[in-house]
Amino acid sequence: MLPLPVFDYHRPRTLAEAVALLATLGDRARVLAGGTDLLPNMKHGLVEPDHLVSIGRIEELRGLALAPATASAPERLVVGAGVRLGELADSLLARRVAPALAEAAASVGGPHHRAMGTLGGNVCLDTRCRYYNQTHFWRKALGYCLKKDGTACHVVKGGQNCVAAASNDTAPALVALGADLEILGAAGARTVAARDFYTADGLRNTVLAPGEIVVRVALPVAVRRRSAFEKLRRRGAIDFPLLSVAAVVDRDEAGAIARVDVVVSALGARPRRLRAAQDVAPGSDPAVVIASVAAAARRECKPLTNLDEDAEWRRDMVPVVVKRALVRALAQG
Amino acid sequence: MAASDDTRVRPAPREPAGANEGSGLVGRRGRALIAPRVTGQVRYTDDLALPRMLFGRLVRCPHPHARIVGIDATRALARPGVVAVITGKDLPERFGIIPWTPDEYPLALDRARFVGDAVAAVCATDERAAHEAADLVDVEYEILPAATDLDGAIARPEVGLGRAGTDNVSKEVALAFGDVDGLLAASDVVVEGEIHYEGSAHAPIETHCALAQLDKNGLLTVWSTTQVPHYLHRELSRVLRLPPTRIRVVQPPIGGAFGGKSEPFSLEFCAAKLAMVTGRPVKFLYTREEEFYAHRGRHPMRIRMKVGAMADGTLTAVDAETAIDGGAYSSFGLVTSYYSGQLLTLPAFAQAYRFKSTRYFTNKPPCGPKRGHGSVQPRFAFETALDKLAVALGLDPIDLRRRNLVPPDSTTLNGLRVTSNGIAQCLDAVESASGWAERRGKLGVGRGLGVASSAYISGTNYAIYPNDMPQSAVQLKVDRSGVVTVFSGQSEIGQGCDAMLAVIVADELGLDLGSVRVVSGDTDLAPVDLGAYSSRGTFMNGNAALSAAREVRHKLVAAVAEKLGVTPREVLVTRGALCVAADPARGVPVTEAIALAEAKFGTLGAVGFYNTPKLGADYRGGTIGASPAYSFTAHVAEVAVDLETGKVDVVRVWAAHDCGKALCPTAVEGQIAGSVYMGAAEALFEEHVIGKDGLHLGPNLLDYRIPTTLDVPDIVPLIVESDDPEGPRGAKEAGEGPLHPSIPAIANAIFDAVGVRIDRLPFSPSRVLAALRAAARARPAAE
Ligand SMILES: Cc1cc2nc3c(=O)[nH]c(=O)nc-3n(C[C@H](O)[C@H](O)[C@H](O)COP(=O)(O)OP(=O)(O)OC[C@H]3O[C@@H](n4cnc5c(N)ncnc54)[C@H](O)[C@@H]3O)c2cc1C
Ligand code: SF4
Repeated sequence: MLPLPVFDYHRPRTLAEAVALLATLGDRARVLAGGTDLLPNMKHGLVEPDHLVSIGRIEELRGLALAPATASAPERLVVGAGVRLGELADSLLARRVAPALAEAAASVGGPHHRAMGTLGGNVCLDTRCRYYNQTHFWRKALGYCLKKDGTACHVVKGGQNCVAAASNDTAPALVALGADLEILGAAGARTVAARDFYTADGLRNTVLAPGEIVVRVALPVAVRRRSAFEKLRRRGAIDFPLLSVAAVVDRDEAGAIARVDVVVSALGARPRRLRAAQDVAPGSDPAVVIASVAAAARRECKPLTNLDEDAEWRRDMVPVVVKRALVRALAQG
Repeated sequence: MAASDDTRVRPAPREPAGANEGSGLVGRRGRALIAPRVTGQVRYTDDLALPRMLFGRLVRCPHPHARIVGIDATRALARPGVVAVITGKDLPERFGIIPWTPDEYPLALDRARFVGDAVAAVCATDERAAHEAADLVDVEYEILPAATDLDGAIARPEVGLGRAGTDNVSKEVALAFGDVDGLLAASDVVVEGEIHYEGSAHAPIETHCALAQLDKNGLLTVWSTTQVPHYLHRELSRVLRLPPTRIRVVQPPIGGAFGGKSEPFSLEFCAAKLAMVTGRPVKFLYTREEEFYAHRGRHPMRIRMKVGAMADGTLTAVDAETAIDGGAYSSFGLVTSYYSGQLLTLPAFAQAYRFKSTRYFTNKPPCGPKRGHGSVQPRFAFETALDKLAVALGLDPIDLRRRNLVPPDSTTLNGLRVTSNGIAQCLDAVESASGWAERRGKLGVGRGLGVASSAYISGTNYAIYPNDMPQSAVQLKVDRSGVVTVFSGQSEIGQGCDAMLAVIVADELGLDLGSVRVVSGDTDLAPVDLGAYSSRGTFMNGNAALSAAREVRHKLVAAVAEKLGVTPREVLVTRGALCVAADPARGVPVTEAIALAEAKFGTLGAVGFYNTPKLGADYRGGTIGASPAYSFTAHVAEVAVDLETGKVDVVRVWAAHDCGKALCPTAVEGQIAGSVYMGAAEALFEEHVIGKDGLHLGPNLLDYRIPTTLDVPDIVPLIVESDDPEGPRGAKEAGEGPLHPSIPAIANAIFDAVGVRIDRLPFSPSRVLAALRAAARARPAAE
């Protein structure tokens, strides 16, 4: 077995304690939630923290409930960062008000990963690449790459930027559903929209500052909002996405299309909000919407060779998967 | 039969009709003896820990081909916890499973031949220290030109991986039977095709592990995840230059092998050597990545094949040319090269045959035997060719096969002796179970049925090293408490051979399964058996056990007859008691029978052994593929193809297998299911790919995709019993044969579903979609 490197383990009981600890330990520390991403990455020598701060005991990170509308905000689904993906996937509430999110959670890894893995960990998942998520021996034999220990990119030859893929299934769902992320750091709390949370930098694709913790996720719910999530993968489970697509459709009172949002991920470092979907005019014909957004998706999305499957095929699959997500979102009554 | 005039052969005598007594366990369903395995009580090799044990780790070469200029272990030895480092110079002896092609060193001596080749070994007081220390061993390499695929090996002989260093050839086999050219020229149809198989790994859940200890008497004990303890014993002795009397090999229960553990590996030699150097026990456990470097998986092959037929479906001739990518070392390659041609002539075949197979060395992890050794790839080429012929001739593919079946009790074109043969029943079974006649062609676009058939050996008549001794043996110890212990050299690797022995022995002696213990896989305790490969276990070890058990039974019967005052012929063995056949109320419990027999004959026990009759034809290579019995299989696969994505879903597979006699039907069904699973996995997912730079494309179970439970077809196992005249109670193999038709049946079903032929494995969605698009482009616009 690949051994885990040595580290110091901390298990604070409150958020305040955790944030203070992270502020003290600085960049030598990492947050440990379910560990299903962090620990394999440590075994591969991709991250080498001296300290792990486990947030598994922090009660404030739990909870999945509706928050009533306030003067300034609509009714929201609030999910703690410590909620396990399995809980989220099985939650009747989430399945009803935000099916795309519940479906995304259900499609992560296998049952064991969902039993351990948390929503927060999924939101903050490191980007992935076939040249990066390998053992130290393998990466050494390759000559490393610029995301870790090296200077060259093997995906974009001569490229100066890392284009490792955002591979967290919940990210496109959260972006499409207009979620906000509540973040706490030593400098205080802030709220960042999911769509602003991710950046195009494969080295580090979030705006999270060192020492900050994602506390919870809140997404507006609406009576006539429908959503669906689709994932392209080779096997029925375990596999990270080769493409993941979340589609959200709002209807007006008459049942006509009011607004469409489609987000495609597992391309580069950042989930991509399709322009063509945002441009859909209210009242458009559903069949036309499906066809035109799917066709536009093919032009807007360019799968790379960062994942271990034929990039041409993945490119061909963009419109297919987008279509399937839209069809399901539009089919819901 | 040839067997009877060969004194070394002791096929168990067939009991006359009516004397079929026993405890009635043979043929009964049950999950014999597996409870400890499925409840986690079994202790695997890595579960073993000894006081003062050290942890080993191999230093592996990061280049596909390199000369080792120098190795400096100073930094590693300076790391706290590191106890010793060895290099190739400490074990300068070649080994190899085939005695004619030893070409591996435990640690490469001067040339490393693939990324992952072992060049040094460290041991330390904990696993982490060992891993870190391996990184601190400084190896200076001179990088050499490399051939990382078949084309490279063929085009660039100067890479010099072959024995003489002037080419990359590992083995060439060319055999011809009959007038191939004449018959092909006279054929009404000839189909020609080329298939590509990229290779696959065994991917057992348990990776290789070995633990070695040298005790103060000078006895070296090696616990290993091997499926060939006997060969390991011999090779350890040779390489370590220790007399075999000072070595004991123990094989703990194994968590999957599939052929990937059927020869010695670096870790066993290194654990032993380091234990000798340090005086402390040393354990090695391969990581998942190292498992892919140890490899010995299914060979990549490129097969060009022509098959001819007459208008009525009679097959005329087969002409095959095969390039085999062997990876860095010979392994079983000599046998693979023969098997790639020799095993094709059953169950349905032509009148003439020619094949030329060339195995090349490449700078890749070495290939070897994987379930269905050497014959799965050509089976794909041949069975898809038959499907094309059926289409060309307008015949039902099942009927086409029926027209060309090699009959029971016959000899194949290449001289293989065939005895029992249930292929006709297998074809009937899958035809009716799948609703072939009613459903084929009527399932709508994207859904289809395909058929394929095959045959496989039940062991070979050829020991890996030439000798006249038995190939398989057991010893029976009969305790007066009523416990019977079977000491067997077979390797229980999860396939159920311990249970098979228990069923045979218990049945023969009137015992229940709880009274029989099986002790296997230990060179000190059990007599020699050649190992768990070639599907030889049931046939050979089963026969050995049967003959030992019968010897004991005759003593029990004689003692009971004497006590009851009847003749032995009148005594019936039943479950729990021996009684008078005509008057079952008169009898003695089996435990008492044992006591009576022990009093009469002295301490009870017996040895039983098996050797094959003389088999095989008289040409060079004519014994390779010769088996005392062949199993037969037919599959019908049903697939659903997603026309938008190209994804193939294998919905259901009906698999009929002639295993002679199902000693334990539950176990046979398990083997059929496992085979179908593994075949479907190779058809759809698994691909062991080495890049141009010599790097494995993803030596882990995320990138190397084995199917999950959600990806497994529904499997309908159908057992066919042809009652083999020489098999133990009529049994033949069931472990490897049922895999063979999987891939071509799925390929043929894809054709039936969507009208395209995919000649490169696996049938990934991208390949299927590309083929669908190419077909759409080629179709005339009018359609
Ligand atoms: C075999 C396998 C298959 C997988 N398949 C998928 C898949 O299909 N789809 C998918 O999306 N994922 C997949 N995963 C990845 C992983 O299991 C999930 O993404 C999971 O949700 C990660 O959550 P975690 O709690 O285990 O995160 P951890 O591993 O604990 O943490 C992941 C990262 O997030 C940081 N982090 C965690 N929580 C917080 C927080 N609250 N605030 C700030 N930073 C935080 C950590 O420091 C770390 O950098 C797979 C993993 C494996 C091993
Ligand atoms: S995209 Fe390039 S730099 Fe980023 S991980 Fe992959 S190979 Fe490395």
